[in-house]
Amino acid sequence: MRVKNFSREKKPGTRNIIYEKVDNLLGELFIAFVKIGLFSFGGGYAVIPSIQYQANSLGWMSDSAFGKSILISGMAPGPIATNSATLIGYQIAGINGAIVSTIGMILPSFILIIIVALFFYKIRGKQWVKATLYGLKPIITVLIFYAAFHLFVLGKEGSMLNWTIGATLVIVGLAVYGLLKYKLHPLWVIAGSGLAGIILF
Amino acid sequence: MQFQSEMGKSRRLIELFWAFFRIGPATFGGGYAMIPMIEKEAVSKRDWIKEEEMNELLAIAGSAPGGVGVNVAAFIGYRLAGVAGACAAVLGITLPTFIVALLFFFSYSFFEGNIKVEAALKGVHAAVIALVLVAGYRLAKSAIFDKTTIAIAILSLAVLAIAQINPIIVIATGTLVGLASIRIKSWLGVDTRTHAGKKLFAGKETRYPEYYI
Repeated sequence: MRVKNFSREKKPGTRNIIYEKVDNLLGELFIAFVKIGLFSFGGGYAVIPSIQYQANSLGWMSDSAFGKSILISGMAPGPIATNSATLIGYQIAGINGAIVSTIGMILPSFILIIIVALFFYKIRGKQWVKATLYGLKPIITVLIFYAAFHLFVLGKEGSMLNWTIGATLVIVGLAVYGLLKYKLHPLWVIAGSGLAGIILF
Repeated sequence: MQFQSEMGKSRRLIELFWAFFRIGPATFGGGYAMIPMIEKEAVSKRDWIKEEEMNELLAIAGSAPGGVGVNVAAFIGYRLAGVAGACAAVLGITLPTFIVALLFFFSYSFFEGNIKVEAALKGVHAAVIALVLVAGYRLAKSAIFDKTTIAIAILSLAVLAIAQINPIIVIATGTLVGLASIRIKSWLGVDTRTHAGKKLFAGKETRYPEYYI
């Protein structure tokens, strides 16, 4: 499988320059995902806007490639945050990129959890912990809805898309209804929507 | 003696790795889908952590940055076998999803261009949007319940929509605003409720927040 390089062009040069570039790329990926991971409160979906911001500002990949990565991350089992780190890292710098990005994503919370584990009995139930969450949770909520909106907009451009938009809205509506009302398992919702997609599009 | 304890330690690490490795692949739907399985492996089957501890751990792991499943794995691993244990547990829970996500990506790249597959993916696209919306709705129920939280939500939405600002800055600022408002409220002697109702984290059925991520 070839690694696609979306926005960066590797100029032909000496081996050293190429290696240096790859090193920088891995470093850049690692730092970017450490930053994202440090503020990845709320886990998966709330992280999407942060990843998108980093991806845009560093010119990692096109919007449609980004949308595809998020889509596959949501489909695959496991947290969408680490999945998207894996896939974006892979597309930018191959398997090493995938590893570096995933570790970068996990590392901040990993360190924090170990610190929490050390002071577990001291901090539980403290007012400042609750007060922090009090301000944090509304923002996480907004970020999640923001991510949903961006996912909806992604990959919908040009004309004659009324059908696509309408059908997407119908599936979204039905899926939300099934998830909330009948507490359907996400796996069935994904499978059902895939089938609906084959029929509708 | 020394040799035996070394053996015991590495066996424990392998056990940790394996227990969490088995949880990973079956968790469609993200973090909170992992929790019942982690409970089964770590509480009922192996007695690694007590039931009451697990409840508090879930509240903390859900509030810290990062996926709740990975956080719980790190915590249990650390409690059992230190930093090496935390590494083993996190590696165990991450490795399968790492591989499966790449496999999904490869198979997608393989089928790219196939009309049927593209159509199915458009449907899945809608399903993923629905999952995100439901997660947002579930969190909103416990997050937005008084004037301050409504104001924080509206302001952060406005900032995100209008200014192309790094979401990380919004998160940091909003958290400080929340902290400050609780301080001011308690200074003024106003009610400083920090939860929607008292149900969250209290009852048996609400042992972890209903939203999953």
